Amino acid sequence: MIVVLAEHAQGVFKKKSLEAILYAAHIAKEMGTGVTAIAMGNVSESEMQGLGAYGAQRVLHTTDARLDNFNSKAYAKVVIAAAKKESAKVIVGLHDTTGKAVMPRVAARLQAGLVAGAVGYPTMSNGFTVKKTVFSGKAFAFVTVTSDTKVISLMPNTFPVVKGEGSATIETLDAGLSDADFSVKVLEVSKASGAIPLSEAELVVSGGRGMKGPENWYVLEDLAKELGAATACSRPVADSHWRPHGEHVGQTGGTIRPNLYIAVGISGAIQHLAGVNGSKTIVVINKDPEAPFFKAADYGVLGDAMEVIPKLTEAVKKYKASQN
Amino acid sequence: MKILVCISQVPDTTAKIAFTDNNTAFNTQGVTYIINPYDEWYALVRALELKESGAATAVHLVTVGKADVEPVIRKALALGGDEAIRIDTDSNDPYQVAAQIAEYAKAHNYDLVLCGKESIDYNNGSVGAMVAELLDMNFLGFASKIDVAGTTVTVNREIDGGEETNACDLPLVISCQKGVAEARIPNMRGIMAARTKPLTVVAGAAVANVSSVTSYEMPAPKSGVKMISADNMDELVQLLHSEAKVI
Repeated sequence: MIVVLAEHAQGVFKKKSLEAILYAAHIAKEMGTGVTAIAMGNVSESEMQGLGAYGAQRVLHTTDARLDNFNSKAYAKVVIAAAKKESAKVIVGLHDTTGKAVMPRVAARLQAGLVAGAVGYPTMSNGFTVKKTVFSGKAFAFVTVTSDTKVISLMPNTFPVVKGEGSATIETLDAGLSDADFSVKVLEVSKASGAIPLSEAELVVSGGRGMKGPENWYVLEDLAKELGAATACSRPVADSHWRPHGEHVGQTGGTIRPNLYIAVGISGAIQHLAGVNGSKTIVVINKDPEAPFFKAADYGVLGDAMEVIPKLTEAVKKYKASQN
Repeated sequence: MKILVCISQVPDTTAKIAFTDNNTAFNTQGVTYIINPYDEWYALVRALELKESGAATAVHLVTVGKADVEPVIRKALALGGDEAIRIDTDSNDPYQVAAQIAEYAKAHNYDLVLCGKESIDYNNGSVGAMVAELLDMNFLGFASKIDVAGTTVTVNREIDGGEETNACDLPLVISCQKGVAEARIPNMRGIMAARTKPLTVVAGAAVANVSSVTSYEMPAPKSGVKMISADNMDELVQLLHSEAKVI
């Protein structure tokens, strides 16, 4: 069997977890086995059954309400219990803040090789090899796992999410959790409500020093709102506190792989490119024709952000109206 | 409180990334190495601050690698820290690296293990959580603020889609990112002092590799930028829809 950690937010499975289940189903098909999803905490039966439409035959559900707060020790224990119950050969999670804390724990406990941040399906013709990004997106590496059990954390937004047919059966899993597994106290949780988390966003509008100051950001926010995009920024912008650090993308900030990355007033230093060059389409808007970012772009617009962006926002508005 | 800071050596952020031996090895020619920025700017500097404030009694640095990583660990000692340990094993398997660090840490009773959120070469971000599991400790990843009062640590950290404030008793492993501390520049006194600080080399424990990088690939080059007039944003939107198919 292949087991997959399925993350949910307030009882709704995240799109990237559906992607992880589809990914596992692809591997399972090749290996001639099935997929069991792992769900934790407060989530409805119908929501869990719905994972069947993405390739999970079964859902193991650990109901402990303490799991509603993220805890790497307890989560890892549940994943390990599920893997053991299913005699899992491959364990799949996501390369996000949850998976980056849980999957290494699982791998270490089982002495299993880990591919952290996979961007391809495993090839199994000669060993078990998975492609991942290295050097912050400047290159790829092929990692060969030699242990019997394999652990993979999938880079979100690598594969499309397509809903199929089917319904999963549900079984309760007792992972043997104890108080000692919950010794991290949660004092406060603040989740951005409504806003799209940058790591999951399919469309991203990003600004650099060329925006001249935080007071000009409204034009980017208007465009992002019209597109349904998240906002990001370059390092100098975060360092100058024009924008929160969470929005910083680049080698020393976040790495993102959206379908569309619109870079406004960002020259395109190699460190910045490292964080965004996994984007499927890059649009660069800059008034400096020598900006190196143009070389890495699919589409370029030469012009001042404060003039170009409102025009682009209008064009998006017009396009959307024509679609309705 | 004894702190162990995990230090990794990585190619400089501006290093040209290229491969040799039929794309099976990283081309080190002309590459300068630095302390992994997350380890240096955040984990190490916060550990030093905790010692300066009296919360920590000792700050030790550990790295896993062959003798060629010593200049970088000396650079780390120039920023501060009492002593360094180099575990004499070379591997790009995160489990191997974590098992070596855990083995050493287990024998030397550290209360707090700090590392960067990931290294900028292999981007696994796995070693910290693996060390925590192997030491049976709690792990708090992606910390942006760390405070210690007695044996209780308060940490602000990034979680999926938000931020959380946690309290946890020592011992504990924390991975650090922006916000934890401000980068420092070593001064002449630090550089001089680093030369004579103890750097102990210990043999690696017998741990099997469970993964290895077998080859590398460069991303396909972009086919070239299509320039669009600033007065024709309708065309850009059309192209994003019909050609790029992203909206």
